[in-house]
Amino acid sequence: MQAVAARAIDLHKRYGAGDSEVRALDGVSLDIAAREFTAIMGPSGSGKSTLMHCLAALDTPTSGDVQIGDVTLSGLRDKALTTLRREQIGFVFQAFNLVPTLTARENILLPLYLAGRRGSFGGADREWFDTVVDTVGLRDRLTHRPSQMSGGQQQRVACARALVSKPSIVFADEPTGNLDSTSGAEVLGFLRRSVDEFDQTIVMVTHDPVAASYCDRVVFLADGRIVDEIRTPDREQILEHMTALQAAAVRGQA
Amino acid sequence: MLRLTLRTLLARKVRLLMSGLAIVLGVAFLAGVLVFSNALSATFDGIINGSTPDGVVRAQDTDEFSGGVGGQSAQAMTPEVVASLAALPEVARADGDVAGAGLNLLASDGTLVGGTGAPTLSFNYHDGPNMRGEQALLLQKGRWPTADGEVVLDQRAAESGGYDIGDEVKLLAPFGELSRTARLVGIAEFNGGGTAGATLLILSTHEAQEIFYQGRDVFNRISLTAADGVTQKELAAAADRVLPPGFEAVTGTKVAKDSQDAVGGFLDVITIFLTVFAIIAVLVGGFIIVNTFSILVAQRTRELALLRALGSSRSQVTRSVLVEAFVLSLVSSTLAIGLGLLLARGLAAMFRSFGLDIAGRALDLTGDTVLTSYAVGIVVTMVAAYLPARRAGRVPPVAAMRADTTPERSSLRRRVIVGSAVLAIGAGFAAYGVRDSDALWIGVGAVLWILTVAALSPVIGKPVLAACRTLFAALFGAAGRLAGENALRDPRRTGATASALMIGLALVSTIGVLAASLNASVDDVVDDQFTADLLVQSPTFLPFSTEIGDRIATIDGVGVMTRQQFTSARYDDGSVFVAGVDDRFADVFDLDAVHGADRVSEDGAVVTTDFAAEHDMAVGDAVDLSFPGAQRLRAEIVGVVEQSEVTSEITVPLDDLAAAGVLRQDTSIGILLAPGADPRTVHDRVDEAATPAPIVGVYDKTEFADEIRGQVNQLLYIIYGLLALAIVIAVIGIVNTLGLSVIERTREIGLLRAVGMSRAKVRRMVTLESVTIAVLGAVLGMALGLLVGTLLQRALAEDLTSLGLPIAQLVAFLVVAIVVGVLAAVIPAIRAARLDVLDAIANE
Repeated sequence: MQAVAARAIDLHKRYGAGDSEVRALDGVSLDIAAREFTAIMGPSGSGKSTLMHCLAALDTPTSGDVQIGDVTLSGLRDKALTTLRREQIGFVFQAFNLVPTLTARENILLPLYLAGRRGSFGGADREWFDTVVDTVGLRDRLTHRPSQMSGGQQQRVACARALVSKPSIVFADEPTGNLDSTSGAEVLGFLRRSVDEFDQTIVMVTHDPVAASYCDRVVFLADGRIVDEIRTPDREQILEHMTALQAAAVRGQA
Repeated sequence: MLRLTLRTLLARKVRLLMSGLAIVLGVAFLAGVLVFSNALSATFDGIINGSTPDGVVRAQDTDEFSGGVGGQSAQAMTPEVVASLAALPEVARADGDVAGAGLNLLASDGTLVGGTGAPTLSFNYHDGPNMRGEQALLLQKGRWPTADGEVVLDQRAAESGGYDIGDEVKLLAPFGELSRTARLVGIAEFNGGGTAGATLLILSTHEAQEIFYQGRDVFNRISLTAADGVTQKELAAAADRVLPPGFEAVTGTKVAKDSQDAVGGFLDVITIFLTVFAIIAVLVGGFIIVNTFSILVAQRTRELALLRALGSSRSQVTRSVLVEAFVLSLVSSTLAIGLGLLLARGLAAMFRSFGLDIAGRALDLTGDTVLTSYAVGIVVTMVAAYLPARRAGRVPPVAAMRADTTPERSSLRRRVIVGSAVLAIGAGFAAYGVRDSDALWIGVGAVLWILTVAALSPVIGKPVLAACRTLFAALFGAAGRLAGENALRDPRRTGATASALMIGLALVSTIGVLAASLNASVDDVVDDQFTADLLVQSPTFLPFSTEIGDRIATIDGVGVMTRQQFTSARYDDGSVFVAGVDDRFADVFDLDAVHGADRVSEDGAVVTTDFAAEHDMAVGDAVDLSFPGAQRLRAEIVGVVEQSEVTSEITVPLDDLAAAGVLRQDTSIGILLAPGADPRTVHDRVDEAATPAPIVGVYDKTEFADEIRGQVNQLLYIIYGLLALAIVIAVIGIVNTLGLSVIERTREIGLLRAVGMSRAKVRRMVTLESVTIAVLGAVLGMALGLLVGTLLQRALAEDLTSLGLPIAQLVAFLVVAIVVGVLAAVIPAIRAARLDVLDAIANE
């Protein structure tokens, strides 16, 4: 049995009330294994983003519970959640990942600044920073502003930032959604290596079968529930599952 | 985090510059007012301290710095008194002064120099030193007057009169024969800097006695210089022992303090008046800050959410916004203090044109001014930024991932409920104020209303915005329609932007209604009380020589002529104005008696109802008035009359004033035409009789009403001018909001351009949105102003008998608001139209 990095226990998330009530999550229970690259997939509106927001302590579920490592999130105050996000969790978003007024280097070090560790990254921190920067291949871009970089480069800066604070888990929300296939492959390759070489745990929401094929495990969501799961998938397998899900959805609507 | 904050600040310098400008202008005005008022009191302090000797002998109950309206006492001391003082061992020297008011300088073309603002001070020359042992007067050019027919002027008076040394100077005498001439022999000023705008006429002792005391060899003051080692107190005490009754010796320090107190009251009025406008400007600036920071925070929602997602705490985010505000306020206040120095020069120039000249070198920063300016700038900015900063801290981290960045808006319902309650409370205050005729409560209600309407403007303003949308859609098609929609899209933002303008226009309209009511009431009062056919008096109520009345009395067509003299006296430890009237007064003017007689009789005075009530007096009681030089006047009250503009709180027979030692002059002459006389002809003849004395004017009813209206309007335009600054700041607010909205809508504008909207139409769209905001502010402001102005008129109905609505002015304000809207949109509209279509769409 592998160690569990994050755990969702019977999560429900409802928006609105009465007729307009939307059940974004409808009883999701899920264990995220440590040192694995997990993908969450599903058609739009399936609740995959909501699930990730809840797992990542960005949003609070209506009921149910989330654990990150040993910590149970329900009942934590904003301050504790903030600290948790800062120290345990890394993020890569689809877009608007970087603070436009800061250079690449400053963006990468932002979590450390926010934790009050600015300027003092000697020893291990410094080495780790260099390792991360070299892995994403941004050494010569460190003084550039986001507006001076391509989308792929920006996304790699975001990945470097997610890793630099050595979080116990990294959440990525459609990290390749805005990228062309070459840039996307670079970013995914980097995420894969950080799992293989640095023992990082990564959870990625995506609807792209190619992106999901980089993962160790793919969880499928539909109508706020987990409906399927495959391990070490290839692209064709994923496509088959997706098609099946969509067919089911169409039948359900008909 | 600090670095990030500063970096953000730098990256948005243009946007912040604009909101900073709002603070800069407000605080600059405040700093300017502080610098100016410091300079003002420094100027007077310099003059007072530089021209006051160790000790002064003067008539008892003398008011320092009365400005000449009160007339002149006949009480004076002989040269023997001066000699006996000089002989005292405590006294090093004693110099007799002949100082008087009412002598005026005429320019070479016969017009009056000064005379309407700062006083004209005339006195004899002697070389007695001031408290510091220096010359009290400094000669700048020429020499001192030594003989009859010689005069020394101050530099400004000589220049505005067009006189050079050696020229014949025209003078207007206060007593007897009106015209005099003297040769200009020198130019001088007070030791201590300038003259503060006063006109100096320095004469030889004999000439001064000739003018003020018909040639009697007397002095009305004596300047004392203490012998070595004698204190001012010892000096005054020693002098007191040899003085004739009715005179007192006081220390120079006390004279200086009395003068400073007398001037201080007047200077405080100016300072408070200006400070009120500075505060208004600063508050309007604060509104702009709230709005700008709200917009900036809204636009940075995703960035702030990203920071939150990456682990910054709420307080870190809030603090970062507050630090931004702090740096902004620091920079703005610094700029403002520099600008304030310039503004102070502007204020000094403005007041110079009213005759109040302050020493240029006194216009300097003091530590207090700098501290106050920084404190106000920083506190206002921080307070204004606090709400947006807290909202910034509340941005949920999940907002970083949302596709749309429009933050959720809480309902306006709570605002409406609380706002309505506060409006009602304000109405309560106002109603109380109207009932009790107390304008202060209406003011309190008005302030509540203004603040609440500002908060409720998103709701209250909706009909106005919708009307603009409909109108503009009809007039300008798609661009107009979109402009209207844009203004309605975020009513909070539109409302908050319009509110800054609303405050300015509410004040302007209130003042407008009051001025119009005052003007309308002037007609009522003039019709009702100014029953004379012609009135001869100075616009500033200065007394003039009885010679004018003597000339008028001989004019053919003048039926009845009555003379009136106003003077100040002491009653019950306070200062009162007393009117002396001759026995024809009741033939020309009607007083409404409440009790007893409506006119004075021998040793019988008439008082107003207010005076009687205040001092608990009735017909049959006696009033005891004291005049300078221990002169007393005891008169029995024979009548209590309604308040009237044609007389003062106490009216006594003219002869009684003369008996109390007041030198006879006239303050006002009322004339009834002889039956059948042609008004025009008589008017011309009276004009002619008064021509040598340009301080007086001859008015019939219409002219008199116009004269008063002219004074009201002059004040009105000054107030409008001062409020203009608040309007300018409000315009900056509109520019700010529009600029930020354009940035925010970059993609949208790109889309509109892509589907075929021309640059001109984009410009028009932005301009019309700006006009909508301006019109909203104007409409709300004018509605409030009309309401408050009307209520104030009701409360002050006793004096403001008629309500006047300045319809033409209100229309002009609306036009100004539209122009303001168009002007505010110029830069944002150009920026919007210049956006490159592709860039705009690609913008992330």
